[in-house]
Amino acid sequence: MSTTTATHHDDHGHPTGIMRWVASTNHKDIGTLYLWFSFFMFMFAGALALGIRAELFQPGLQFLEPENFNRLTTLHGLIMIFGAIMPAFVGFANWMIPLMIGTSDLAFPRLNNMSFWLMVPAAILLVGSIFVPGGAMAGGWTMYPPLSVQNPSMGVDMSILALHILGVSSIVGSINIITTILNMRAPGMTLMKMPLFVWTWLITAFLLIASMPVLAGALTMLLTDRHFGTAFFDAAGGGDPVLFQHVFWFFGHPEVYIMILPAFGLISTIIPTFARKPLFGYASMVYATAAIALLSFVVWAHHMFTTGMPVAGQLFFMYSTMLISIPTGVKVFNWVATMWRGSMTFETPMLFSIAVVFLFTIGGFSGLVLAVLPVDIQLQDTYYVVAHFHYVLFSGAAMSIMGAVYYWLPKWTGHMYNETLGKWHFWLTTIAFNITFFPMHFTGLAGMPRRIPDYALQFAEFNMISTIGAFALGISQLLFLYVVVKCIKGGPKAAANPWEGAEGLEWTVPSPAPFHTFETPPTVK
Amino acid sequence: MSEKENTSANNKNLAVKLLIIVIAGLAFGFAIAPLYDAVCKAIGLNGRADTTATDSTQNIAVDESREVTVIFTGTTMPGLDWSFAANENSVTVHPGEIKLTSYQAINNGPEAIVGSAVPSVTPEVAALYFKKIECFCFNKQTLRAGEVKDMPIRFFVSPDLPKDIKTVTLSYAFYKSNDKVE
Repeated sequence: MSTTTATHHDDHGHPTGIMRWVASTNHKDIGTLYLWFSFFMFMFAGALALGIRAELFQPGLQFLEPENFNRLTTLHGLIMIFGAIMPAFVGFANWMIPLMIGTSDLAFPRLNNMSFWLMVPAAILLVGSIFVPGGAMAGGWTMYPPLSVQNPSMGVDMSILALHILGVSSIVGSINIITTILNMRAPGMTLMKMPLFVWTWLITAFLLIASMPVLAGALTMLLTDRHFGTAFFDAAGGGDPVLFQHVFWFFGHPEVYIMILPAFGLISTIIPTFARKPLFGYASMVYATAAIALLSFVVWAHHMFTTGMPVAGQLFFMYSTMLISIPTGVKVFNWVATMWRGSMTFETPMLFSIAVVFLFTIGGFSGLVLAVLPVDIQLQDTYYVVAHFHYVLFSGAAMSIMGAVYYWLPKWTGHMYNETLGKWHFWLTTIAFNITFFPMHFTGLAGMPRRIPDYALQFAEFNMISTIGAFALGISQLLFLYVVVKCIKGGPKAAANPWEGAEGLEWTVPSPAPFHTFETPPTVK
Repeated sequence: MSEKENTSANNKNLAVKLLIIVIAGLAFGFAIAPLYDAVCKAIGLNGRADTTATDSTQNIAVDESREVTVIFTGTTMPGLDWSFAANENSVTVHPGEIKLTSYQAINNGPEAIVGSAVPSVTPEVAALYFKKIECFCFNKQTLRAGEVKDMPIRFFVSPDLPKDIKTVTLSYAFYKSNDKVE
């Protein structure tokens, strides 16, 4: 346990003002930092996406040089993934895991501080790469060579360095989280009694420490190819650009689940609360999460069906990919069964959760479509793929985060948020999201390629609809900011457990949660 | 207090064990490069063709019962101002039969330049059965300004080539080499 820091705080109080945050070793403060950081990155990367959509509002080139358009798509992807979604989940892990398992803090509070503050220079490098001569990386978030090796801009090196730093931050954070979960649970809290959010994070953290170092390897090889004359990915020197894709996706596919497993955990926490029933099939949820995590290491080449592969390989990756739908289906059915005959009420967190179940499943189905080899070869790099991964990443990951923010806001702030405005935010987000991304299924099926600033006239209507939806979606998030800030500043007093059906240790401490909780661990029956 | 110290020691222990996973992941990340090369060579993944000579003295039985069409293509990559193409677009051979053909390269640039050719075979599995006895891709090639050079390739298709493959395409990509002209 964090004996030194805990006693330190007790003896001298904690620093105030800016030093409270810079030097914080408190899991709640660091969780707050992560969540705010991810929100600003979310808005920034969202603004980049609006640049993309503005250019695509009409066919032809209006606002952006093609190279700048490519920079926007690249940075939008990188920042949303590494700057918005992942840190948001780490923020939840910080805030909630110690409260959920009944311990006072994470295992290594100082490392926790380091994990967060590493994010800041990384973000500065990523955002700053826009302004250096040569500009930001423009070859897509996947950084495929030869483009990423040939582009001489310093911006590419800055992005690679940023990803290296973010990787270190994630690995350190994950070791911290695993250690906390495995070693510091309250007496009586056996593994199979842990809240599902804790389970999903435990498995996610293992995915992170296994896959992030592989990305570090790929990035290092990219850097040495760029600057030190090696030829890992350079065919002229005996290397192979396809090798990069293998290494990248060996990291990249587990990464996809890193961004969705904690979302599953959040949904599995919220739905039982508002259905007023225990989660259906708890054990099967745990096993399904583990199964998805294991399978995530043997499906990577489904991102590369068109790079050329023996038929046996293509079939293997097709079938292993389809296999993932089984544990995922188990989860979806469990959520539905939890709601079945429950006494459901539809507060904002529940609305978000139901939308996630519904919309994520659409994304899951389009993923199954893409897993089919001959279909994938047709749809590779079209807007169908863009639609697919926004249904899993926005309406899966991001909307579960929003729902969970509403769910725990009373615990964090001690105030109830404005339910009416919360519901407005939900409906605006959900409707705008579908207006933005649903038409992309159609443009993709019709053959519109992604990452191109112009398109054939036949796609004009659908793109116009998408752009209108995107701006509505972006503006709706300002309402989110307003509701959260309003709730922090005041509002009806929240009880320790403001939700009738909520279970879990976090609801046994007062709202707002005191600076130090569970200094003496509770006993779980 | 002793219980707390216990937890603290346990935490450090576990963190060190987890660090081993991280190091293993890092090692694997780098090991993928040589592993990938080995796998490509072993199963012909990615159409990776040999760039070393096959021994021509061994006795290969010629399979007269079937014919394979070999198509030749070539491209020059950006940065190399050469014209490069096969002198014969395709030849038909019996598996096991040794054949000689050639490509022609012309240096259009104002100065001598070193290039290296990287071969690749389609369909990918055929890479394992396409044997080169002599090839300009075994060495780097230097062309003086304006030089026209015929570059031979002597090859055979192994009789073990799967029966369903009737056409094999050999493709060369010519890159500008970083080597200086001697």
